[in-house]
Amino acid sequence: MESTRLRTEADELIAAGEATTAARRLAELLRADAGSAAASFVVSRYERLRGQLPLVPYRVALLRSFTVEPLLPLLRAACFTAGIDLNVHVGDFNAYAQEMLDPDSTLYRFAPDAVILAVQTRDLAPDLWHDFARLDTDARRAIAARVVENFQDWTSAFLRHGRAHLVLHTLEAPATPCLGLLDNAGDTPGQAGTLRLINDELRRLASASNSIHLLEYDALVARHGRTRWHDERKWLAARLPLAAHSLPHLVAEWMRFLRPLTGRVAKAVAVDLDNTLWGGVVGEDGLHGLKLGAEYPGAAYLEVQRALLDLKARGLLLCLCSKNNGAEAVEAVETHPAMLLRMKDFAAARVNWNDKAESLRELAAELKIGLDAVAFVDDNPVEREHVRAQLPEVHVVELPADPFDFARALREEAVFERLTLSDEDRARTSYYEAERERTALQGRTTTREDFLRSLAQEAEVAPVTDATLARAAQLTQKTNQFNLTTRRYTERQLADLVARSDWHACTLRLRDRFGDNGIVGLALARRAAAVWELDSFLLSCRVIGRTVETALLAHLVETARAAGATRLLGRYLPTRKNIPARDFYAAHGFALVSEQEDDESGGGSLWSLDLTRQTVECPAWIRLVATEQEGV
Amino acid sequence: MTFERVRAVAADVLGVPPERVDERSAPADFENWDSILQLNLVLALEQEFDVQFEPEEMERMTNVGQIAALLDEKLGS
Repeated sequence: MESTRLRTEADELIAAGEATTAARRLAELLRADAGSAAASFVVSRYERLRGQLPLVPYRVALLRSFTVEPLLPLLRAACFTAGIDLNVHVGDFNAYAQEMLDPDSTLYRFAPDAVILAVQTRDLAPDLWHDFARLDTDARRAIAARVVENFQDWTSAFLRHGRAHLVLHTLEAPATPCLGLLDNAGDTPGQAGTLRLINDELRRLASASNSIHLLEYDALVARHGRTRWHDERKWLAARLPLAAHSLPHLVAEWMRFLRPLTGRVAKAVAVDLDNTLWGGVVGEDGLHGLKLGAEYPGAAYLEVQRALLDLKARGLLLCLCSKNNGAEAVEAVETHPAMLLRMKDFAAARVNWNDKAESLRELAAELKIGLDAVAFVDDNPVEREHVRAQLPEVHVVELPADPFDFARALREEAVFERLTLSDEDRARTSYYEAERERTALQGRTTTREDFLRSLAQEAEVAPVTDATLARAAQLTQKTNQFNLTTRRYTERQLADLVARSDWHACTLRLRDRFGDNGIVGLALARRAAAVWELDSFLLSCRVIGRTVETALLAHLVETARAAGATRLLGRYLPTRKNIPARDFYAAHGFALVSEQEDDESGGGSLWSLDLTRQTVECPAWIRLVATEQEGV
Repeated sequence: MTFERVRAVAADVLGVPPERVDERSAPADFENWDSILQLNLVLALEQEFDVQFEPEEMERMTNVGQIAALLDEKLGS
């Protein structure tokens, strides 16, 4: 049996000390078997590997009104394969209110990064669930108002007492409303309608805060079949309302939040052409033989294209990664009358006969992103397996066999989820289009300096404001390469720092002759008398190598000196990815103060710039504009 | 055959190699076999065999051999 073989192989690899390959086998096992037994196996083996794999630690607290323990092995296994080292705290039954209200509760002492509030309608508002038909309109309204008020109290306390994110389950409606058809007949809301009104209020709570996120539990139950979701006997015998086969679905839904919360998401999606974006093989069937259009069977592929356009609108970069004759395939993309995607929708393309692993490596390099930020979509399981083996960092999307399920697989994929969307996300592909023009210009200019001059760059530096806070936080979370300290901040943490009088925080927006690059730089400094220390200093990978960091530093030096500072300190904390920032201090005249051999201590190296004797000039080819308010 | 599948599921849930599980294996034999683990085992078996157990049946699941017999009964084999 396949899953037995995978278990044996995983154990042999663990014994041989091959941690990365063993982890791949465990992920494969979980793809082949999504059940609780396989998940338990995966968790027990990962426990042995955890020290040898690059996992992000993350703390999740589950507040609940029902038994969630059987979900934990599934959740742990899903997190491990997503690269997350999960630490879970489970609250006592129905203790969620006290836990959220009391600042000294075990919840806050656990110091979670995220909290999931999983509470059922029948526990929270038993009267609305069981007795709705026997309540008068005023009573129904009063109960609904009380429920909303409770949520408001709990969440406002939650926001006061901690810094964690909150994932809020919406209230579920019963499969068969108490009033039957009359549920929709009266002029006041019925049972389902009342629960919908409560959920609308929860949505308002979530939209008013950057750290509250809504999990549409009612929609999740509906998607998987309201009458099949539950197991009433387990509810009565063990306080577990979900049927055994529903457990993986709820965990998958949680992962759609945990992926973006931990930054374990894809920035780019590389897609195949033949039998993925259209039916058939263009090299054999020709342009007119392709199955693509509003009718069966081409409609399946049209849906795939719609799903990809939706991902593009979400800020993902689309790329082509296809084995084909370049000219022929590009002609089909550009001229097929039913194509929704055209070449302009792709930030980069590799259409040739090269190995796809090689093409993906090139695409990542061209887009200046890590391979772990690339997702790969291909109908061919052999190509998928090849990429998994060659490039374990790449996220390979597991497409089902039926093309009519492709689009749903893309839409359900957790690595494509985002919890917020900035203007930069929406315009991302156009940035890369301009980048291609810049590269072409670089080819035409003779020296590096000529190229930089001809770009006509303008750097606008402004204090971080409410309008730019989300983007600034996003930069701290996503920037890996030109990042001196790689300190990650949530919006709320950053808002706290920005509000403090001893902190200076500024963003950098870069424009050039090819357009607006958006906000691509961030500097955070802490002031202590005449000494300023850089807490964070980073540049988006899109603009590395254009000397913009010197402009940002020049601005900071100027500001510090104007405020009476005599010294600017900065640390370099090495990671596996921030080598592009390694020589930053030395290149700008900083003197090395101390160096820690052991980078586990977080020490790295400490550098100092004497502001009384040294300065940093903005490069002559960048126009530096300091403003009080970020322009639009 | 049923016993082999039950044994594999029980070994996974208990976190031990299948050889450590036999027909007489019972909660008392394993330190971690508590009521939560018993529930996990029940759910894993329901997934594996695509069945749903009644509370009365869950009470009869006192060792691995009993579980296999119960499943044979349920599946009518």
